[in-house]
Amino acid sequence: MLKNVSKTLFIVLLLAAMTPLNAAERMIRLATTTSTENSGLLNKLLPPFEKQTGISVQVIAVGTGKALRMGRDGDVDLVLVHDRIGENSFVAEGHGVNRREVMYNDFVIVGPADDPATVSGIHNVAEALQKIVDSKSLFISRGDASGTHKKELYLWKILGQKPAGDWYREAGQGMGKVLQIAGELQAYTLTDRGTWLAYRSKSPLKLLMEGDKRLFNPYGIIAVNPARYADSHYRAAMEFIAWVTSVEGQTVIHDYRIDGNPLFIPMAVPVP
Amino acid sequence: MDSLVDASKQALMLLFSGDATLWTIVSISFKVSAQAVLYTAVLALPLAFILAYGHFPGRRPLIALFNSLMAVPAVVIGLTLYLLLSRSGPFGNLRLLFTQQAMILGQMMLCLPVLVAMGHSAIQAADRRAWETALTLGASSWRAMQTLLFEVRFALFAALIAGFGRIIAEVGSSMMVGANILNHTRNIPTAIALETSKGEFSQGIALGLVLLILALLLNTALTLLQGRGEMIA
Repeated sequence: MLKNVSKTLFIVLLLAAMTPLNAAERMIRLATTTSTENSGLLNKLLPPFEKQTGISVQVIAVGTGKALRMGRDGDVDLVLVHDRIGENSFVAEGHGVNRREVMYNDFVIVGPADDPATVSGIHNVAEALQKIVDSKSLFISRGDASGTHKKELYLWKILGQKPAGDWYREAGQGMGKVLQIAGELQAYTLTDRGTWLAYRSKSPLKLLMEGDKRLFNPYGIIAVNPARYADSHYRAAMEFIAWVTSVEGQTVIHDYRIDGNPLFIPMAVPVP
Repeated sequence: MDSLVDASKQALMLLFSGDATLWTIVSISFKVSAQAVLYTAVLALPLAFILAYGHFPGRRPLIALFNSLMAVPAVVIGLTLYLLLSRSGPFGNLRLLFTQQAMILGQMMLCLPVLVAMGHSAIQAADRRAWETALTLGASSWRAMQTLLFEVRFALFAALIAGFGRIIAEVGSSMMVGANILNHTRNIPTAIALETSKGEFSQGIALGLVLLILALLLNTALTLLQGRGEMIA
C-alpha cells in the first residue's frame, strides 16, 4: 500500500514541478505600485509593448515598499515605483541596476466638501496639515509603507509632528481603498493625482489642497540586478525600460488623460 | 456610488454577455481549485484511513493536530509558502512563486486538514465488519481499504465538497503566492478583492454571483447523490 501511495505522491510532485517549464516563453514580472495600476495607466502602456515585442508583462500591484522587497528577493524582474529615497538605496545596495526616471505627477490633499479644517486655497502643505491637526479632523493614512505613505510620513516630519489620536487612522490598504474609506468617513487623505483623477467621479470628496513643491511625486523604473539572479529576465526587462522611456512609450503616458486632465507627466524624453 | 441593485444588474449583464476577462478569471479559479482538491484527496484518503484504522503511538495527537490545522488562517499558509518559494528562499530555484502551481500548493495545504479530519471521522463511523469481512475473504489490505472507502463514499464526497468550498473561496493564500496577476493567477476571490479596492463593485458582485451559483450547483449535486445513496442502502 505504501508503495502505491508514494508512487502517487511522486507523480503529483512531478506534475507540479514540470508545468512551469512550459511557461518559460518571453515574460517579465513587473512589481509596481497600486497607483499605476489603479489609475488605469498600465492598461494603456502594456498592450502596445506586448504587441511589438511579444514579451508578456505580468503585473504585480503592491505598495512601493513591498515592490522593492520583491525586487530585492529576486521574485520579479523589474520595479516601477515612487519613493526616490527607497529607490536610491535599492540601487546603492546592489539590488537593482539602470534606474531611469519615467514620469511624475504630484500629491494632493482631498477631503470632505464642507472642509471642516479649511485647508482649501492653501498652497503650503505644512500649513494645511497643521490645520487638520488643530481641528482634529479625521485623516486616513495609507499606513502600508507605500510610496504615498512614505511621502506622508516625510511631510509630518517637516511639520515636526507625530500624528496620533482618534482623528488619525491608518488603513493599511491601497490608494483606491483608502479613497473609499475617506469618502465613507468624510475624512481627509493624501493621494497621488493619478489615482484621484481615476476615482474622482465615484468619490464624494473634493480636491482641497495642491501646488506645494514638496508634493512632487516622481516615478522610477529599475531592473533587478542580473548579477544577483542569473535567471532573471534581464534583457526583456531592459527592453521594457527602453520602451517606456522611448518617445513612443512617453507619448502613451502623455496622452493618458481623464476628462482632459493628464494623470502623469512624462520625464524621460521630451514628447513632441 | 452605485447601489447594490444597480451593481447586481450590471453583474448579470457582464456574466451573460460572456465578458472575456471575467470568464478567464472564473476558469483560473476552477482549474486551480479542482486540481488542488484532487491532488489533496489522493494524499488525504490513505492518511485518513491510517488514522482511523492504524495502531501506532501518537495517533490521537496526530488526529488532534489535523483538527486544529483546519483553523490556520489562509494568509499564514500563504506567507509560509511565500517564504519557502521566494527566489531567496530554500525552494527559490524552482521558480514557482507567482504561478498557478504555487496557488495549487497553497490550496492543497489548506484543504489537506479538512479532508483528513472529515475523512477520518467518516471512516471511523463506518462498519468495521466491512473491513474485517473483506480481509477474511482474502482481499489484500489495499483492496480492503478500497472496499471500506467505497462503503463511506457519500461522507467522503461531503468532505471533498467541504474542502473544495474552503479553497475556492479563499483569498489569503492565493493573493500571497499568486499575486493576482491578470490572466495568470487572478482567480475569483483575489479579483473580488481587487475590483472592490478599485470601486468596481459590479465586477465584484458578478464574481461573487459565480461563486454562489457554483456552490448551489455543487450542493444540489451532493444532495441528489446522497438521496440516491439512501435508496440503494
